[in-house]
Amino acid sequence: MIGASSIRKEGRAKVLGTAIYTDDKFMPGALHGLTVRSEVPRGILRAIHFGDGIPWEEFTLVTAEDIPGTNLVASVVDDQPFLVGIGQEITHSQQAVLLLAHSDRFLAEKARRAVRLDIEELPAVLDIQSSLDLQPLIYGADNLLKEIRIAKGDPAPVWAQAAHVIEGEYRTGAQEQMYIEPNAMLSVVEPRDGALQVTVWGSLQCPYYVHGALRQLFGLSEKQVRVVAMEMGGAFGGKEDYPSVNGGHAALLAWKSGRPVKLIYDREEDLACTTKRHPSRTRLRTAFDAEGNLLALEADFILDGGAYATLSPVVLSRGAVHAASVYRCPHVRIHARAVATNTPPPGAFRGFGAPQSLFAMERHMDVCARKLGLDAVELRRKNFLRLGDTMATGQVIREDLDLAGIMDRALAAIGYHDKRAAFALTNQEDGPIKRGVGFSVFMHGCGFTGNGESHVASVAGVEGLADGTVAVLAASTEMGQGKNTVFAQIVAEALHLPVELVDTAQVDTDHVPNSGPTVASRSTMMVGRILEDAAIGFKQALVQQGFLAEPYTPESFQTAVAKAVAALGTLRCYGQYHRPPNIQWDDVNYRGDAYPTYSWACYAAEVAVDLDTCEVKVADFAAVQEVGRVVNPTLAAGQIEGGVAQGIGWGLWEEVTMQRGRMINNQMTNYIIPTSVDLPRIQVIFLENAHAGGPGGAKGIGELPMDGPAPAVVNALENALGTLRLDEVPMTPDRLLERCEEVTHG
Amino acid sequence: MADRIDLVLQVNGAEHRVSVHPFARLLDVLREDLRLTGTKEGCGEGECGACTVLLNGRVVNSCLVPAAQAQGAVVVTVEGLAEGERLSSLQAAFLAHNGAQCGFCTPGMLLSATDLINRCPNPSDDQIRDGLAGNLCRCTGYAKILDAVHTAASREASR
Repeated sequence: MIGASSIRKEGRAKVLGTAIYTDDKFMPGALHGLTVRSEVPRGILRAIHFGDGIPWEEFTLVTAEDIPGTNLVASVVDDQPFLVGIGQEITHSQQAVLLLAHSDRFLAEKARRAVRLDIEELPAVLDIQSSLDLQPLIYGADNLLKEIRIAKGDPAPVWAQAAHVIEGEYRTGAQEQMYIEPNAMLSVVEPRDGALQVTVWGSLQCPYYVHGALRQLFGLSEKQVRVVAMEMGGAFGGKEDYPSVNGGHAALLAWKSGRPVKLIYDREEDLACTTKRHPSRTRLRTAFDAEGNLLALEADFILDGGAYATLSPVVLSRGAVHAASVYRCPHVRIHARAVATNTPPPGAFRGFGAPQSLFAMERHMDVCARKLGLDAVELRRKNFLRLGDTMATGQVIREDLDLAGIMDRALAAIGYHDKRAAFALTNQEDGPIKRGVGFSVFMHGCGFTGNGESHVASVAGVEGLADGTVAVLAASTEMGQGKNTVFAQIVAEALHLPVELVDTAQVDTDHVPNSGPTVASRSTMMVGRILEDAAIGFKQALVQQGFLAEPYTPESFQTAVAKAVAALGTLRCYGQYHRPPNIQWDDVNYRGDAYPTYSWACYAAEVAVDLDTCEVKVADFAAVQEVGRVVNPTLAAGQIEGGVAQGIGWGLWEEVTMQRGRMINNQMTNYIIPTSVDLPRIQVIFLENAHAGGPGGAKGIGELPMDGPAPAVVNALENALGTLRLDEVPMTPDRLLERCEEVTHG
Repeated sequence: MADRIDLVLQVNGAEHRVSVHPFARLLDVLREDLRLTGTKEGCGEGECGACTVLLNGRVVNSCLVPAAQAQGAVVVTVEGLAEGERLSSLQAAFLAHNGAQCGFCTPGMLLSATDLINRCPNPSDDQIRDGLAGNLCRCTGYAKILDAVHTAASREASR
């Protein structure tokens, strides 16, 4: 089963149009919910005025004063209110102030427009530098949401002695996940046995995050809250933490109205108020000896964390650990800070901080190669991590790591050396089209950073059903990545069954255990491994109880399960995460094994630039990665292709334009994601190197492809155009034109 | 302004009579009145293509069609593509090639691809790219969708 391209489990329903997403679920008497938001970035809410001409008595209205439990969204740090009340501080332009619901959604929209907020404005912080300068102070004692330092060796004496010291500053912009299904929630709150029962059906990645947030919001016990993950129209991190907010809003309206409430964002609202990738600024300082060996590295890595901490501490953590990238370096200092600004809080997006710091390092390596007079390939080859080397956190590479082999494979796939030679000639001809090739080498840590997996202590299981088939019990959600299929393959492999006999139970917190959030490239490797254990335990229990004799056929297994269910009733077996004894992490000093293992990759891009328009076309792209054993090659290739598309989009086109702390291009018309005519066929190459910790040897895969495309494409731009200040993404035509003019005008 | 307008339209071969809000869009009629929820709303401004249907044989974004304009029209949605349990060639090919990941763009993508193959039975990669350029997909990078359309087109051609 593992290694086969099994057909997507829920694929048939998806092509038939019968898969039920949140907005496809109808309940009688349901109201349409809407949110009234601040339009200023910072101030004190003085009053809410309800305009004329609206039958307000027909509306359900919820303000901060109505909240029955705690008005703070449960997250890494509980600092974000669900709603800001009168006299309280508005901290960003999309702050929710009032919720309203009505059965007529046309009237509800009219009502939203009739509400006027009286806000006493305060000076706002809208960018990283103002926040660092405390102009003004808006959060805590120092405007810092989180600060991390990683230290290895001592760079201080190296700078003066090194043959070369090279510095650079790199920036990356916000990026919208742009799942095609906007955020959506449906809630019912009803009395049951004299107590409240809150149910939320939604488009959400992490049912138990929402579950925890609802418990805190209403002050309820575990059993009084139920969260069900509906079919999800994409997420990419955008439905990791935000659903705790809009899930809470939907439930508040349902509670106040006593009716089912649907809270479905339209695209403009979704783009304006939900989470994005954190904008970043990275300053790098590197020392090399005369041969190009990396001697010391200092990184000052800063994320714009927006108005509340939300997930910024953990996004920063991953970004900081990835800042030293794939290079051996004896002396390292990484100083990472997430700063507060009066902008809607960014959050999770595929890659989770790593694309930002890796963009900086992989651009910097090309800049260093140029300044050192070395080939970018050979500079990297000289400095790659190998078996036995120590990373910045002190983590020792224990696997047979061959980054040079991965790099050479990608360069061969794109025809790097031949194209470099050919373009060097053709780019000298007149004509507006200039071509270039470039690449990046990078890694992505699999699973949570540091002690994350130990803290979550995930549980997952399998259940025998009356018809003799097996169901997977996990809170991991299907967002298109293929979790339903891959989990079924892992369990089927462990039980020696055809994959058709295994399916996934609906993700409902009343029915499935907490296998942790569906994030961090952890589902296949971490939850898959627990399921492997649970499946083996399930089989052993059947044998020990005398229902099953080995060896068995699928038919005899199915008969045994059916008999056992008939005899015993519920038949479930669970497994739990246990930290392998060789994985150690010190969360205070950021020392040790930041991740159980890493996936490794080299991506190479060929670009064609039209100097008349500064438009960039990616003409070819090769993605070579070592991700352990590939569980489902077709689904895995889909992950890589889709991730590369998002990475190219981030590198070239996808720009969030802010004005007074508000996204002003919050429409699909003017936030540009790649269409079918904008991308080449991606060459996807897997180099398999089984990892002992994952099920069947698998490692994480989902986020990796987001990390490499932007630096590869921008490095290719430098090859096409010569030395320019290519230090920022997205490198839109406007920005590229600006950079070209810097050269022309000196 | 009337409170409701009465419409008669033929959807997936069946005639329907509905009474709808005067500002309703064809998308609302399909999803809310007829409960044909396969057709999705991704942007409400004709950019994403998730709401694509065939209206009198032509590809439209149903979020941009006022319900009143669908009076007497013949509409095909994703629910009209399979024949009973039998998937259309395109549906089968999307399933086989992993052309649907999250599945939210899939119904609209299938309608645009159906129209493309009707117009252009043996399309090249570039023709498929052009034909599907109005349907955004955020999951696949489009490669598996191109593969699926090629497979379906050659299967149709050999029938």
